[in-house]
Amino acid sequence: MTIATLTKPWEAMSYGFLDASAKRELRRKMLKAIAVPGCQMPYASREVPMARGWGTGGLQVTLTLLRPSSVVKVIDQGADDSVNAASIRSFLSKVSGARETWDTLEATILQSRHRIPEERLRADQVLVLQVPNPEPLRPVEPNMSVARQMHADADYGRLWLILYEQIVRSGRVMQGAAYPSLVNGRHVMTPSPIPRWDVPKLHMAQHLTFLSAGREKRLYAVPPFTRVEPLVFSDVPFQVEDHAALTCHRSGLTGYFMNEIPQGDGGSQFELSDSNLGIKAIRQAEGADARIGPTWYENGKTS
Amino acid sequence: MTLAQHSLALRAPQLMTTPPLLTMTGVSRRYGDVVALRDVSATVYPGEVLGIVGESGSGKSTLLRMMNLEDTPDAGDYRLALPDLPGNLFDLDRFARRMLCATRIGIVYQNPHLGLLMKHTSSGNVAERLLIAGERSFAALRGRAREALDASEFPLDRMDARPIELSGGMQQRVQLAKAIALEPVLLLLDEPTTGLDVSVQALVLDTLKRLQRDRAITMVIVSHDLGVIRTMADRVMVMRRGRVVEQGLADQIFQDPQHDYTQQLVHAKL
Repeated sequence: MTIATLTKPWEAMSYGFLDASAKRELRRKMLKAIAVPGCQMPYASREVPMARGWGTGGLQVTLTLLRPSSVVKVIDQGADDSVNAASIRSFLSKVSGARETWDTLEATILQSRHRIPEERLRADQVLVLQVPNPEPLRPVEPNMSVARQMHADADYGRLWLILYEQIVRSGRVMQGAAYPSLVNGRHVMTPSPIPRWDVPKLHMAQHLTFLSAGREKRLYAVPPFTRVEPLVFSDVPFQVEDHAALTCHRSGLTGYFMNEIPQGDGGSQFELSDSNLGIKAIRQAEGADARIGPTWYENGKTS
Repeated sequence: MTLAQHSLALRAPQLMTTPPLLTMTGVSRRYGDVVALRDVSATVYPGEVLGIVGESGSGKSTLLRMMNLEDTPDAGDYRLALPDLPGNLFDLDRFARRMLCATRIGIVYQNPHLGLLMKHTSSGNVAERLLIAGERSFAALRGRAREALDASEFPLDRMDARPIELSGGMQQRVQLAKAIALEPVLLLLDEPTTGLDVSVQALVLDTLKRLQRDRAITMVIVSHDLGVIRTMADRVMVMRRGRVVEQGLADQIFQDPQHDYTQQLVHAKL
């Protein structure tokens, strides 16, 4: 008997890049996060071959969830083809053997920065959001120990102060992204940097959402069929961005979240933020076989 | 104002007829080797202004912090005549304490940085109090913040300025508006006019006096300035080295001080 027969053959890395103990720890924290929706769970954020701030939190959760049969989609600001999204996607496929896709309907795991796809996610899909700042109380309470105590006491009154001052200053709520939302009637969370447009998509959704901040070492979750209610004043209703009437100049679709493209003449054109939806719409118009699934918004309204 | 209200507002302290609003008995607190309070007892009657005087380090601010439940003593009993909270308030948990402090007790600190969120608007600072108490209507928040700022004689055209941009006197008025926004049963003032120049000090004291007269609000005012105490207080408590050395009606203390230390204090002033 030699030492070689007793040990595993040498490998460059373990399956899914993270070592087994790191994944075990993450899974425990993910289960905890599901058990207490919206509550931030601290975890030992590992080194991954990417700088902090580029989606290391999301990446670690995705790496933990992956298996060879997974189909993985990564978007950055709604686009599948940005450098960051493409590199994360190819890295994920390289270390796990999972298949890459751009199609929301096909994917089993979706990692995203800034957007939730416009097509409805199903119960068999998991959404992983990369979070830069997981603490909704940071603007009103710089001391994080005190902020944790405030979470424990559900002492969220001060969050309305942010909204109050936005209305006083600008006449309406200006919170463009990371709109503080009450999860399951108990914990207030920052829904990543997703726009207001995407917040209603989390409410009573069929899919599981993980939100993970690698630098801040916190992860939290919105399990399927959980209430996610944006904070509002009783006399000032929640409003999504005013994009319902905008039309994408490339695909011709109307009623979705758009990117504004400034033009040389000082005006602007709009194009779909969810690039894959636009691509599928253009393919359909050209007569190719591209299926667009049911969307959260129909004609600019949540359905 | 009707005659009945008027006579109520001008009534002398009801030392004999009504039970006290605030009762503190046997409060002691030591920080390491420093004894801040030794067996201090105090009572405050509804509608009365109690002045606490004493040199720096005599324990008067510590006592006020105890009254605001910011600190727990080593021993002692503290009760407010509130029907829903009959027991010793020092036994309350953190959550109940915070609710009590936010809704029933108002405080104005000497240093506005302690009492205000400097980077938020003045009206927002007042609104924060109301938010803690559960108000969730924007119109109501705005209206009540405006009312409270108006009552503390703050210029309303500056209500959305940040406190850091305001003068010291204005900052104290914002603190005062925040303290009275929920119509507390007890208003605590910790050196409210120290650091203000004499004319602004007079204006702030004037506002306090008017509030006291109009709302018959119960106040405890801590100051090392006998002039302030003489203007405001009905009754005076003199503290030295963590003990109460003398207490009585304001005129009595100032005209006929008994204790050596009080005599020195009064004569130093005059």
